[in-house]
Amino acid sequence: MSEPVTGISRDDVVHLAGLARIDLSDAELDHLAAELPAILDHVASVQRAAGDDVPAMSHPVPVDNVFREDVVRPSLSPEDALAGAPASDQQRFLVPKILGED
Amino acid sequence: MTDLTRKTADELAQSLAANEVSSVEVTQALVDRIGAVDGEIHAYLHVDAEGALATAADIDARRAKGEQLSYLAGVPIAVKDVLATRGMPTTCGSKILEGWIPPYDATVTAKIKAAGLPILGKTNMDEFAMGSSTEHSAYGPTRNPWDTGRIPGGSGGGSAAAVAAFEAPLAIGTDTGGSIRQPGALTGTVGVKPTYGGVSRYGLVAMASSLDQAGPVTRTVLDAALLHELIAGHDPMDSTSIPDAVPAVVAAARRADVQGLRIGIVKELGGEGFQPGVQTRFDEAVALLTGAGAEVVEVSIPSLEYALGAYYLVMPSEASSNLAKFDAMRYGVRVPPAGVDDPSAEQVMASSRDAGFGDEVKRRIILGTYALSSGYYDAYYGSAQKVRTILARDFAAAFADVDVLVSPTSPTTAYPLGEKLDDPLAMYLGDVATIPANLVGIPGLSLPVGLADEDGLPVGLQLLAPQKADDRLYNAAAALERMLEEKWGGALLSRAPELEVAR
Repeated sequence: MSEPVTGISRDDVVHLAGLARIDLSDAELDHLAAELPAILDHVASVQRAAGDDVPAMSHPVPVDNVFREDVVRPSLSPEDALAGAPASDQQRFLVPKILGED
Repeated sequence: MTDLTRKTADELAQSLAANEVSSVEVTQALVDRIGAVDGEIHAYLHVDAEGALATAADIDARRAKGEQLSYLAGVPIAVKDVLATRGMPTTCGSKILEGWIPPYDATVTAKIKAAGLPILGKTNMDEFAMGSSTEHSAYGPTRNPWDTGRIPGGSGGGSAAAVAAFEAPLAIGTDTGGSIRQPGALTGTVGVKPTYGGVSRYGLVAMASSLDQAGPVTRTVLDAALLHELIAGHDPMDSTSIPDAVPAVVAAARRADVQGLRIGIVKELGGEGFQPGVQTRFDEAVALLTGAGAEVVEVSIPSLEYALGAYYLVMPSEASSNLAKFDAMRYGVRVPPAGVDDPSAEQVMASSRDAGFGDEVKRRIILGTYALSSGYYDAYYGSAQKVRTILARDFAAAFADVDVLVSPTSPTTAYPLGEKLDDPLAMYLGDVATIPANLVGIPGLSLPVGLADEDGLPVGLQLLAPQKADDRLYNAAAALERMLEEKWGGALLSRAPELEVAR
């Protein structure tokens, strides 16, 4: 098992914020760049515990696919589904442009 | 009439059934209490006096007609603001959901409504249940009724404080790493995290789906059992819901007999790092159990040293994924970026998430994004999932020898507001005793065992049992509660300081 990789730079945090779709301010980026390495150092101990022979456990109880009959059931009305929307038009969610100029 | 607020849910249920009091009277007494003290405590984010009183009146009318009602019908309840309540605001303590009114009920909410419990309102919490002190609520912190300069614990500090301040006899909390049990310990209330999958998570706004579990917050073990039975059970709307029958927790709480019960003290959860007053009350409680015929042995769970690390990788990883749905497109607030003409959906998403999420949520999303990212996944998230396997094996070995495990619930009593706000690692360390149960899906219960000598604040004892053996917790906890109340000459909460009542 390789050693913990806890070197995390401010540029890394900028990249992560982009992946997470959060516009962080400069102050927030500075703060997180200082804080994350300490947290990661602390949690990196897990790498010492787990050998290759140990299976990963993603869930406390075994999870199976759950199937049901493919029948139409009552669901939210369009009015209910749209009631919390920031913007809507003619029974549709109104969203900002998704495609860029090019 | 004011003493109605001090009655337990079981006492209220009996008084209602005997027509000694009406649900409207009980509900009004609690609404008045909330009006009088919640300015100081801030347990509630939203109070629905009108709705609660309407339900109460309906239950009274149905009872008068001789209708068969559920045992807790007419007993008011508070619900943590992380559960969807149709027609009632649900914010998860976050600005990103400010003003959102769900068009559906969580299964837990639906069961409460079907059983006729008036819902007093929604309780305060750390934003998206991320925190151990309720200081991370976007709407301001909740204060501990024992000392309003201190935290009530988190993330369900609102539910625990509402019950401890006699603003509700019952409340619902959710527990991802201890958010029912730790605030229970810090406010002198009973908090239970049921077996994972024992209570439906449908309509519970997810933080970490493989860890989150809803459960009861009450003033007595029997009350918790009554609420547990009401909200538990298989739900086809939740694919992780257990299809087995609900353990007979109410019968176990009434039995309250520890003769011959084998109790394991977890060596790694106590001693060094635990506040002396916490350790003393814990040791005394264990002595009471021994005196009542329980057999106590020390057990070791060596992999516990890795549990905190695993939790603080699994939890933010799942949270970063779950919280991706807050994209300002279909619900929640939309905040366009300043100074950008005709911004794209992606830009609106990023600016909305910056404006809507608080610091702790951002911290965990970024941490989770890192742990899941290419190149680091195996080292962090993958290793953490392996630790869960090792932990589960260690717990299984321990439960081969003993029926239940015990430890202090929290290493310390409630600390002053603000003390750990800028030190996330210090705050995370406070969850060391509660987190393992979430990683392996076993049930846990915290009950008050007295006040620490050095600060006079409540101390909690945690009981753990194997998956689906929730009834063992109630049996042992009820026995201990009975012995403690005999020793104290009443309930611990009756010793809480009087709150300043607003007029």
